[in-house]
Amino acid sequence: MNNVIELSHIDKVYSNGVDLQVLFDINLNFEAGSFNSIIGQSGSGKTTLLNIIGTLDRPTRGEVVIDGSRTDTMSKDKVAELRNQVIGFVFQFHFLLPEFTAMENVLMPYRIQQPRLSRDVLKKADELFELVGISEIKNNLATRMSGGQQQRTAIIRALINNPKVILADEPSGNLDSENTEALYRIFRDINKEIGTTFIIVTHDRRIAEQTDRIVEIRDGRIVMDLKKWRNA
Amino acid sequence: MLPFSLALRFLRAGRGQTILITVGIAIAIAAQIFIGLLITSLQKTLVDRTIGNQPQITISPAGDAATILNWQKIITTIQETGLVQTAATSASGNAFLFKGTQTAPVLVRGFDAAADNIYGFNSSVYEGSWDSSQNGVLMGKDLQEELGFGVGDEVTVQTPGGQTGTVAITGFFDLGISQLNKSWLITSLGKAQSIFGYNGDITGIEMTTEDPFQADTIAAQLRAKLDNSTISITNWKEQNEQLLSGLQGQSLSSLMIQIFIVVSVVIAIAAILAITVFQKSRQLGILKAMGIKDRSASMIFIYEGLIIGVIGSIAGSALGLLLLYGFSIGTSQSGNQALIDIYIDYQFIAISWVIAVLAAVIAALIPARRSLRLNPIEVIREG
Repeated sequence: MNNVIELSHIDKVYSNGVDLQVLFDINLNFEAGSFNSIIGQSGSGKTTLLNIIGTLDRPTRGEVVIDGSRTDTMSKDKVAELRNQVIGFVFQFHFLLPEFTAMENVLMPYRIQQPRLSRDVLKKADELFELVGISEIKNNLATRMSGGQQQRTAIIRALINNPKVILADEPSGNLDSENTEALYRIFRDINKEIGTTFIIVTHDRRIAEQTDRIVEIRDGRIVMDLKKWRNA
Repeated sequence: MLPFSLALRFLRAGRGQTILITVGIAIAIAAQIFIGLLITSLQKTLVDRTIGNQPQITISPAGDAATILNWQKIITTIQETGLVQTAATSASGNAFLFKGTQTAPVLVRGFDAAADNIYGFNSSVYEGSWDSSQNGVLMGKDLQEELGFGVGDEVTVQTPGGQTGTVAITGFFDLGISQLNKSWLITSLGKAQSIFGYNGDITGIEMTTEDPFQADTIAAQLRAKLDNSTISITNWKEQNEQLLSGLQGQSLSSLMIQIFIVVSVVIAIAAILAITVFQKSRQLGILKAMGIKDRSASMIFIYEGLIIGVIGSIAGSALGLLLLYGFSIGTSQSGNQALIDIYIDYQFIAISWVIAVLAAVIAALIPARRSLRLNPIEVIREG
């Protein structure tokens, strides 16, 4: 299988008066269509790693190749374009725009690249609302929903541009156990049905155990990389 | 246009703030338009009332001479230059008017037909009529009231040289200036020439120009062209120097006020929009994480500036005009004579709009630039 993400020799140093190195020589590839988790204690560097994969941050040294293109040397605009097309984010906080409805929030990544909404994308949004089970609130303002509904809306938003990769940073951090379970079920369904690659950052080993591959980071280094054998 | 609809939505979401800033711009523009148009109207009214129905350039005999020599040639030369709108010839002289035991000093003024373009005799005659070829005279309103004449009455006129003649009153005029209404007797050029024995000569050439404010330069050009030491050429500007320097001072202070208004508007908009960037940094971070380009992100603020600038300036000019008409009605004297004739300078309004919108956009550049520096990670880290 081909890799959708390739990291080689990634160092990350924060220079804020004193240099603080948070990632040390990370080499990591993710296969297209895989379902992965990155675990580690807080401060281990896992979120920094995810931000580098997601092009929100740049490595101090090393190469980042996403969907065949090197992003660490790309222009800001090109990176923004790639982020819009190839990557979908789900964060611990839903980060919906409070001025907009659920539907408008969901369509935002599409509107960033296309000035006009197509019939196809509207149909797709409807189907996704159906899939995650929140069709009834799609015209609510983002502020007028429960936490679970907000996080599901954020998932639809991450999916609307058919990204190759979904990066999720503690996506269930603010959800109760019922919603947490539903969230990972949705992730699994999408991974299976659409073939989207998932990388989930979490500190919760139980969540990581539900994924097919667990990468553990400690003090900025990979200390474990475990792949589950799955029957096709 | 995503940045435009984002701008619109952000403005709507922060309704209170948006209304406040728009009202601020509207009041500033209203003040600017009110002051600007008021000063323009005031100056136009002043100039109109000062020189409205009067010649702007006058040629009279130099020194002690009574009449202008070779005046036909002078008229031809003036007309050849094409610099003046109207050139009328006049023959005037002081005289005494008798009626029974009453006497009054008068200025007999004989004009040709062109003088109507300057003084507007036809429109200022309120009883009887004016005809530049007739032999009768028109009398001013104040003199009529003082002596109690009627159309058709005959009066005796005696010149300082001792000649006397009798003329019939064919009408009465009101030129709006009591000094003229009290002393002028208007007649035809020929009649005045015969009363004073000018022998076909004239005592003045009176002219108007396209742009009254060019009167001094045109007068200088005529002076050079005619090069005649027996005549003297004057214009209204040199006779009204104090008025003009007053107007200039007024224009300057009006300009200063307007500049200060614009500067304070720019600062106010920039300050408020800068706060908006801070308030919307979360949204900006999210949009950037979703792949909005920096340029589009900063366009949101430019559009915000543009939208409030346009709405503010439209509302402001409506308010400014309302103030102006209110002022005009409020200060009008009895008899419906407005203190100031309102003059709407559309060009000025258009320029004010452009300045307001430009100011809003320029003010928006500062927050727009700030938005460029915003890194989505900062927002995501803070949660």
